[in-house]
Amino acid sequence: MNSAFSMMALIRRGDWGVLMLGVAVVGALIAHFWMGPVGQRLIIKRGGTVFLNASLERAFQVNVPGPLGITRIEVLNHRARVQSDPGPRQLCVREGWIDHAGEVAICLPNQVSMEITGRVRAYDSLNY
Amino acid sequence: MEDHHLAYLAALAISLMWVEAALPSPLPGVKPGLANIVTLLVLRQYGLRTAFWVAGLRVVAGSILLGSFLTPGFMLSLGGAMASLLVLWLARGLPERYFGAVSLSVLAAFAHMCAQLAIVSVWLMPTVNVFYLSPVFGAAAWLFGLSNGLIAASLLQQYQFGRAHEPAL
Repeated sequence: MNSAFSMMALIRRGDWGVLMLGVAVVGALIAHFWMGPVGQRLIIKRGGTVFLNASLERAFQVNVPGPLGITRIEVLNHRARVQSDPGPRQLCVREGWIDHAGEVAICLPNQVSMEITGRVRAYDSLNY
Repeated sequence: MEDHHLAYLAALAISLMWVEAALPSPLPGVKPGLANIVTLLVLRQYGLRTAFWVAGLRVVAGSILLGSFLTPGFMLSLGGAMASLLVLWLARGLPERYFGAVSLSVLAAFAHMCAQLAIVSVWLMPTVNVFYLSPVFGAAAWLFGLSNGLIAASLLQQYQFGRAHEPAL
C-alpha cells in the first residue's frame, strides 16, 4: 500500500523512541494506579483501641458495639462503608463507600472509626 | 510574520477547537485536540514565538466564543496549552532529522494531560483521586498525540514539496 508506506515515512527514528516511551509511561501508570497495593486493610477502632484489623479482600459485615448502640460496617468489593450507626447526624453513614488508603469514616457519637490502610501507611496516627 | 497571517492561523485553530467542542466525549477532558495540529505546523514553519501567540489567542478567543472564558474549563485549556508550549520549548534541542512532528505532538499531548491532571487534583477536585484515571488520560494522550502528529507531519511534508513551486505563504 502506497499510503501505508508514506505514513510510515512520517514517523522518524526518534519518533518511535518517543512512542515507546509513551507506552512505557502508560504501562507504569496502569501498574501504579490500577494494580495498586493488593491486600489493603481496614482498621476499625472503638474508643481509641483497635477493634478489628481485617483485609478488604473478602466481603463481610461486622457489628461494632459502642456507647450508643451498634455501628454496622460492611466490606464489599474491596470497599468499606458504615451501613448503619446510632449517631444523630449519620455523617459516617452518608460518607458512603471508601476504598483508598488513608480514607477514614468516623462515627464520633458512637466512638467508632474505620480507616483504610495500604501496604505502607502514609502517616503514623490521627487524633481527634 | 504579519499580524493578519497570525490571526488567520489562530482563527483556523479556533475553528478546529469549536468543531471539536460539538463532539461527544466519553470522559471529560478526553478530546483529540485537533487545534494542536495548527500549533505544531506554526511551530515548525514560524518558530516557537509565533506558536505561542497562536496557541494563546486560540485559548482566549476560543473560550470567549464558546462562552467558557475564565471558567474551570478555560483554566484547564490554558494550563494544558502552557505546559505543551513549555515542553515544545524544552524539545527544541531534539535533532529534527530523527524527531519529527510525531515526537513533538506526543510529548506535548502528555504535557497537556499532566498539567490538566495537576490542576484538577490541586484546585478543582482536591478530595477526589483523579490520578486513578491517569492511565486512561495517558492512553488518550498517546493516541491523539500520534494521530495529530501524523496529520501535522503529513501536512508539513506536502508543504515542503509544494514550496518548490510556490512562493512562501
